[in-house]
Amino acid sequence: MIERQITIRNRAGLHTRPAATLVKTAAKFQAEFMIQKDSFEINGKSIIGVMTLAAEQGSTLLLKFDGPDEEQAAEAVVSLFERGFDEQ
Amino acid sequence: MDTTISTSGEIVLKGIAAAPGIAIGPAYLYSKLVPRVEVKSIAASEVDGEKERLRTATARAEKELQKILAFAEQKLGSQHAKIFEAQIMILNDAILMQAIENRISTELKNAEHIVSDEISKYKRLMLAADDEYMHERAHDVDDVMNRIIRNVQDQKLYSRLEGESIIISETLVAADTVIFSRNQVLGYATDLGGVTSHAALLSRSLKIPAVAGLRTATKAVSTGDFIAIDGYAGVLIVRPSEETLETLRRKAERFRLFEEQLVGIAGLAADTPDHKHIELSANIEFAEEIDFARVQGAIGVGLYRTESQLIGRPTYPSEDEQYEAYKTVADGIYPHPVIFRTFDVGGDKLAPDASHEENPFLGWRGIRVMLDRPELFMTQLRALLRASAQKNVRIMFPMISTLKEVRKAKAFVKQAKAELKAEGIPFDARIKVGVMIEVPSAAILANEIAREVDFLSIGSNDLIQYLLAVDRGNTLVAPLYQQFNPAVLRTLKTIVDAGHANNIWVGMCGEMAGDPLASVLLVGLGLDELSVIPTVLPEIKKIIRTITYKDAKRIVDKALTLQTEEEIKEYLSTFVHKKVPELPFDA
Repeated sequence: MIERQITIRNRAGLHTRPAATLVKTAAKFQAEFMIQKDSFEINGKSIIGVMTLAAEQGSTLLLKFDGPDEEQAAEAVVSLFERGFDEQ
Repeated sequence: MDTTISTSGEIVLKGIAAAPGIAIGPAYLYSKLVPRVEVKSIAASEVDGEKERLRTATARAEKELQKILAFAEQKLGSQHAKIFEAQIMILNDAILMQAIENRISTELKNAEHIVSDEISKYKRLMLAADDEYMHERAHDVDDVMNRIIRNVQDQKLYSRLEGESIIISETLVAADTVIFSRNQVLGYATDLGGVTSHAALLSRSLKIPAVAGLRTATKAVSTGDFIAIDGYAGVLIVRPSEETLETLRRKAERFRLFEEQLVGIAGLAADTPDHKHIELSANIEFAEEIDFARVQGAIGVGLYRTESQLIGRPTYPSEDEQYEAYKTVADGIYPHPVIFRTFDVGGDKLAPDASHEENPFLGWRGIRVMLDRPELFMTQLRALLRASAQKNVRIMFPMISTLKEVRKAKAFVKQAKAELKAEGIPFDARIKVGVMIEVPSAAILANEIAREVDFLSIGSNDLIQYLLAVDRGNTLVAPLYQQFNPAVLRTLKTIVDAGHANNIWVGMCGEMAGDPLASVLLVGLGLDELSVIPTVLPEIKKIIRTITYKDAKRIVDKALTLQTEEEIKEYLSTFVHKKVPELPFDA
């Protein structure tokens, strides 16, 4: 299993559109993808779960990847966060 | 408000007239649409069938939402339709659906119970967040949940709405209004809310009669009851007597005849018989309303509420997004002008970064927010200036209470112009900049303010509310909201005289401008511009074209000597009925 800590950079935080992009990206990989924020954890492949995070700009999330392609999955997802979901 | 029961057994509830028109028909209680969920155990052999019911229900729910999405896009534009896209994504959430199916297999319970239990977990998390945006999303999640459950229970969407009916609800949001307008909805009546809610604004655009603020409508009315609503007077009548119905039908007929007379008036100028010209323009909120405003004869947009762009989104739109929106409006009304009011957030209007205040109407709202958030203000001003290249754009600041705010806001405009000039981006270098007069201090200082701006536009709703210290959304004091109070009349005169002494025009973009009785006063006071909701535009024009400026001035002189709202109203009503007998409204 791989863990990565990231900080939300895009202004919109993790609202509907970036949440959808995140879920679509994660769905391309077999690896399980969980997101931990504060005290609770949600499935990163579930849009309703990601919407629940209410992750604002500046908040920190722990991403966990587990599966045969976990390396590639982590790289793709972390890159999305680093690019601020390609939003301005 | 008042409830009276007559000898014939009819019940009359008095509320607020939210959208004009009369509707008579069966009631439909919207609040009861939430499906009831019972927990039922199922046998292991029934699991597959239960999952199949769930899948069929989800597919049907998606079909419904796709239809709503398409309709909302057409009625409101794609920005406002996004809320339905998010709901569709939830229906397609494979992880969520898998979790629900797994629980059906292991817990051996009925699908609707598991759907309700599983989705409610997310809803509770969203409601726990201290964030208005998240609370809105919780409503979306709730809506999706109820949609699936209703389909599992094999109930059709608003199936009982197949006939025509009048919707009764505690409260309505804009999305409800849009969805209902697909159905044969005769009218709406709500317990809460007022004339300025988005649902009320949309009802008027869609020409559906509505009465708000009835307080007890959902208790007094049951689905299937025969009722009538009068959207002119703000009244709901349960089980109306034959006599009442006859009166209402006659009233509806008078309005219909009057509307017939108004055909063709759209092409005529809003001039009094003695040639005093009034700029009669429209208040709009969505670009989609422009066509209707033009058909109704508007020669410009006197108030475009830019905060409509903020509905249903978590952050302020970017400069480019704003530019596109403003350009669409400016192009749509060209060659006529459009006055853009900069973001008027706070008070009752939600800002993406809404904070909690003890007393929001006396708090951080309008220009106060923008001056404290220079980056937001500059983004908006740059977008507005970029949209002004065709020279039909004007900028207006809301909630001005001091002269210093006017100067500061103008300095921002200057800075935005300098930036655009340096970047070689075209804009109207002589763009007209004005302010709304809606705070008593600004009314008293109107002379000083008028010296520094290109126009004044009176925001009557807030001005009256602040002058009389009445929140008209508060049903306990709403009757104290008096637009014909002598204090209001004298204040209006101060503002108009101050503008004219400084050679600038004075307009009104509040609801008072769209009141037939008030329009006589406003013309007589010398207002140069009236901006009204598109639906009432022909009616106001008819009055302007009927009563001479000379008579209107005489009316104002007399009205200024009267001492109570009742006296002024009585006097105006008698005069207007004599001059425009075909005018169909109540005395």
